[in-house]
Amino acid sequence: MTTSTPTSPRALAWARRRQSFARSWAAYRAQRTGMIGLVLLGAIVILAICTPVIIDESALSVTQATGGRMAPPSAEFPLGTDEVGRSILALTLWGSRLSLLIGLTATVVAIVIGTAVGVTSGHVGGWYGWFALRISDWFMVLPSLVVAIALLAVLGRSMGTTILVIALVSWSGTTRLVRAQTLTVQNRPYLERARALGAGHWHQMTKHILPNVLPLVLASATLLVPSAILMESSLAWLGLGDPNVVSWGSILNRASDNGAVSAHAWWYLLPPGLAILLVVLAFMMCGRALEAVFNPRLRGEPA
Amino acid sequence: MDKVLTARDLRVEFGLPGGRTARAVDGVDLDVAPGEIVALAGESGCGKTTLARTLLGLERATGGEVAFGGTPLGRSTKALKAFRRHVQLVLQDPSGALNPRHTVYDAVAEGLRIHGITDDEPGRVADALARAGLRPPERFFLAYPHELSGGQRQRVVIAGALVLEPSILVADEPVASLDASVRGEILSLLLRLKEDAGLGALVITHDLGLAWSIADRIAIMYLGRIVEQGPVEQVLTDPQHPYTRALVSVLPDSPVAEPIVLAGELPDASKIPGGCRFRPRCQEVASGSALAVLGQCEGEDPVLGSGAHAVACHLVHARMAA
Repeated sequence: MTTSTPTSPRALAWARRRQSFARSWAAYRAQRTGMIGLVLLGAIVILAICTPVIIDESALSVTQATGGRMAPPSAEFPLGTDEVGRSILALTLWGSRLSLLIGLTATVVAIVIGTAVGVTSGHVGGWYGWFALRISDWFMVLPSLVVAIALLAVLGRSMGTTILVIALVSWSGTTRLVRAQTLTVQNRPYLERARALGAGHWHQMTKHILPNVLPLVLASATLLVPSAILMESSLAWLGLGDPNVVSWGSILNRASDNGAVSAHAWWYLLPPGLAILLVVLAFMMCGRALEAVFNPRLRGEPA
Repeated sequence: MDKVLTARDLRVEFGLPGGRTARAVDGVDLDVAPGEIVALAGESGCGKTTLARTLLGLERATGGEVAFGGTPLGRSTKALKAFRRHVQLVLQDPSGALNPRHTVYDAVAEGLRIHGITDDEPGRVADALARAGLRPPERFFLAYPHELSGGQRQRVVIAGALVLEPSILVADEPVASLDASVRGEILSLLLRLKEDAGLGALVITHDLGLAWSIADRIAIMYLGRIVEQGPVEQVLTDPQHPYTRALVSVLPDSPVAEPIVLAGELPDASKIPGGCRFRPRCQEVASGSALAVLGQCEGEDPVLGSGAHAVACHLVHARMAA
């Protein structure tokens, strides 16, 4: 019950939304790993955004490289240099931009496809629902890396195709999750009430089903980002990345192509590898915490 | 006759696995006019809820028709939408009937938004809440369902129906999930809406006492068919159909002297007995007092007679003819 006298219902509805956001935030804050992940993630994102300010893009140029060939860490190059004398630190920091960008964009695309297919297949059902489910099953059982390699080979190597391919191989899990939640919400009496009020499918899906599905989608999206980043790194490491840009995977690809392992050039392999590990870890921590906030069953509370 | 909700020979069948068909509603005639409350009573599983859902157009009739104001209920989305401004639903469990993520304001305004009624939305919502007995309405605008009591939630559901200014409410067990102390309030709300606003209501219940206290007319349903229908005082003080007599006999202060316990279970709706569907459980058949009409009971489906107090029973028909 509210105590204040309302000015406009819409403004006050926003006030209530802020309140419920504050409640979720408090539940999230109570989870230590989630907070560690969030701080870590914040630091990485800020670093990635600020990289052009810290290090000039010319540091990535092969022709303007100043360092020695695979030189170990020194005062001038804190993380050593690669086979043409570029700073590994500069490469890793610039690589973070691309890895995060591809990871996030691919996740957004995958989530949009997955949610749309999941909600419609669960709500509409029938022939369409069966068909959509079979398609998503098909994508789920295909070995994603193999499909991604095949698609990239056909579509050509560029950032856009990489994003598209990663999204294509990872939307089906979200579809499953969203469909299951849709079917649960579908049978709630308030949907019956909405139908009796005269609501069409669009109203039911956008006003009732989607708001009940979105929190879970958000949590699963956070868990999808690290796998998208890993997939991008794997593809780039296999030499299927965009050749014109630097990502963590492509650094590792160059390192192994140029014999960094036999040269014992650990400074060439470890920074991008650890960066991938850190980002994946940070996203996982945030995702798990979000899942616990939005799925009360994981918190051990009645829903 | 202009705003009467009518069902004529309404049938709803469901296909079951194995090619069987369940006849949930099997030839029902029913009228609900504005300004009257009709109670629909019967055991669980007799098809009451299916009948209500069909009357609202939520379930597709396989035979017969539902009409409002003489116009048969169309199948198109547009026709159904127009129909739903006139006939509204109140569900049994108010906790489930409200989306937990919507405020009271959003829940009540939902109908207006669906029907594109945009003028004076806050005023209409406040008015509906006030008519449903939530006063002052502004205090409830931003409450979430979980912050309200069961009775208040049911009032919100009723307000959500009233906001469209319907002429008929279909209420499926409107108080079954509420505390005894709140039941009276919700029932008197329905009575007040009938008297003040001329609202008609079809109240589905298994509780004859409840029907007695609020309804003008009552229809007793058995296995998908109405077996007795009439003014509530007549039907409950002078029950004619053996099934109604059995239901009434177990009430306190019953006009039927001996409590009658029916034999057996309610048959499956996919195996409706031939002849009179109540015959296998009928106490008159079992005691032998229906011997004279037994042939008819076994062979013919009794017809619900016309008239204010109508009964679908061969024995009653024979007695009346005699």
